[in-house]
Amino acid sequence: MSIPMMPAGPGGPGDPGGPGDPATTMLEPTATEHGTSLWRGAVQRLRRNPAAIIGALIVLAFVVVAIIAPLLAPYQPGTGEWAGQVTPGKVPGPSDEHVLGLDSFGSDMLTQLLYGARQSLVYGVVSTAVGLVVGASLGLLAGGFGAVGGRFGKAVDTLVMRLVDIMLSVPSLLLAVSIAAVLGKNAYAIIIAIGVAQVPIFARLLRGSMLAQGRSDYVLAASALGIRKRRIVMSHVLPNSLGPTIVQATLNLATAIIEVAALSYLGLGEGNPAVAEWGRMLVAAQDRFAVDPRLAIYPGVAIAITALGFTLFGEALREALDPRSRR
Amino acid sequence: MTRTTGTTGNHPGREPLLAVRDLRVEFGLRGQRSTQAVDGVTFDIQPGEHVGLVGESGSGKSVTSLAVMGLLPRRGVRTSGEVRYDGRNLLDLGQSAMSKLRGRDIAMVFQDPMTSLNPVVTVGVQVAEVISRHNDVSKKEARDRAGDLLKRVGIPDPVRRLKEYPHQLSGGMRQRVLIAIALACNPRLLIADEPTTALDVTIQAQVLEVLKELVAETDAALLMITHDLGVVAGLCDRVNVMYSGRIVESTTRDVLFSQPRHPYTGGLLRSIPRLDSPRGEPLHAIPGSPTSTLPWTQGCAFAPRCERVVAACTDQPPALTDEGIRHVRCHHPLEPTDPVTDARSEVAR
Repeated sequence: MSIPMMPAGPGGPGDPGGPGDPATTMLEPTATEHGTSLWRGAVQRLRRNPAAIIGALIVLAFVVVAIIAPLLAPYQPGTGEWAGQVTPGKVPGPSDEHVLGLDSFGSDMLTQLLYGARQSLVYGVVSTAVGLVVGASLGLLAGGFGAVGGRFGKAVDTLVMRLVDIMLSVPSLLLAVSIAAVLGKNAYAIIIAIGVAQVPIFARLLRGSMLAQGRSDYVLAASALGIRKRRIVMSHVLPNSLGPTIVQATLNLATAIIEVAALSYLGLGEGNPAVAEWGRMLVAAQDRFAVDPRLAIYPGVAIAITALGFTLFGEALREALDPRSRR
Repeated sequence: MTRTTGTTGNHPGREPLLAVRDLRVEFGLRGQRSTQAVDGVTFDIQPGEHVGLVGESGSGKSVTSLAVMGLLPRRGVRTSGEVRYDGRNLLDLGQSAMSKLRGRDIAMVFQDPMTSLNPVVTVGVQVAEVISRHNDVSKKEARDRAGDLLKRVGIPDPVRRLKEYPHQLSGGMRQRVLIAIALACNPRLLIADEPTTALDVTIQAQVLEVLKELVAETDAALLMITHDLGVVAGLCDRVNVMYSGRIVESTTRDVLFSQPRHPYTGGLLRSIPRLDSPRGEPLHAIPGSPTSTLPWTQGCAFAPRCERVVAACTDQPPALTDEGIRHVRCHHPLEPTDPVTDARSEVAR
């Protein structure tokens, strides 16, 4: 192979074999050894964004607390051990034994909050995962067929998306009530209700970005090379469309945690009022809000901070993955 | 109007590799006014021949190539005519048969190397997937071949490049990768749709050189779609000049550059800036814009912009007349003695 001249300067192939290829080092400082993928670049941008760092720290702290709650908590949750100290007019406040005081059922407030993180994390993650898996599968089906399937594909796309529209038209609260009526008042009802409510969001998002990606040049180029449709969808269109969906999942975690609290506040979740769950704690605090706002403030702040953490992180992730913000 | 293989000049008597006959492509949804993008295009490509398809934006050259590849969307597009390859009419071929043919028999290099590669998949995977699609080889074998291909298109350190993502390569290198992908299965026909338009001028020549070498090595025929007569001069044996969906002049490269007959071709040649023209003299341009056309059914589409327009031009559509060494569609063509200088010597590389 003889190429008459090698181009010099940036934009050229550079010197063969040199690890410090000037063209690449100038653009991506760490790109010399391994490939820099879209994701790796996104991580680099995330590390430069203070909002992302704060969000990530909150999320990390929340997850760690949730996991090692038994080690951190001074007592057992939901025991009501000190119920004798709780009078209708007064709940004991912070003391040496109970740093944040007791809750209205006579359990240690700090313990309840720590274990509550655990509940929120499990409910939030599981329900979002349910929504993501079901929603993304439907979106993949509709988007994949819609993007490359021709006339038949359009029909599949339309059918799936009308189903999703039907799901979207059912209010999540109504859904939660119905599911709770069928399954009884327990955690599954909340998880399924919140998960199902998220399905249309993910389905529409993934389908939309897959349809947009389906019109791109590299899809045309792949078809021009005879690449099979299934492969075009799975290894070209899908990976390019996942970004917004993953970001949405992060943001939905925040919403899901709030919704878990909201649904258990409405009495649809966990049946036992004394269980360590932030939403239930708010319910219990409601009666005594005028006398002892502390009872509502602790779980309220916990919910707000956690949701803030996920939102900050999700927003930063969205920015970092936005192709327009690249380089 | 239909040409036989005998009149295509370079390879008399041989069966053409690709025979496009009266190809028509019409855009427009039912009930709306449709646009005739390609209007009865006829040309041949002999095995191993390099054919140019020249015209400005909107002349229908890219649509012609997409129609040949069967890549036009089905909705709102009506295609008729014949694209004969290997004794089969590609326009009648089913989707799966067409998909097998693409990449293996006919491959394509697109205009924009920035968007024609998938940004989230490594270069190696993208080269190897074409190889494994059309050949029964192991993954490792496909990857090895991919490395060889990158080397052949002049990419240094191909093993490292295989692991990289498209955005880590320069524009020129990306176009080399696309050429490697297109030629991965030794196609018999390569369609290059303005492969150098999106590149730096300095890189253009190198990429063309690579393309020329590899096409010669693999003995593939080449359909070069371009608006750059310099590319034609350097690469093509025969040239078809398109205007507003029809071929207006079709001849060999040498004849085209030395004695263009169609005023549009003449205008294109004169609009190439020359080094020896006096300084300060305005550059020659064809007046008007490609949008100011006459429908071919009423007359000559080029008439509103033509310097040699006569009454007949707006009266009846000119037919493609066979002059032996060329075909030209004009009522009042340039005479061979008319002063159009030999632009070929100027732009040939």
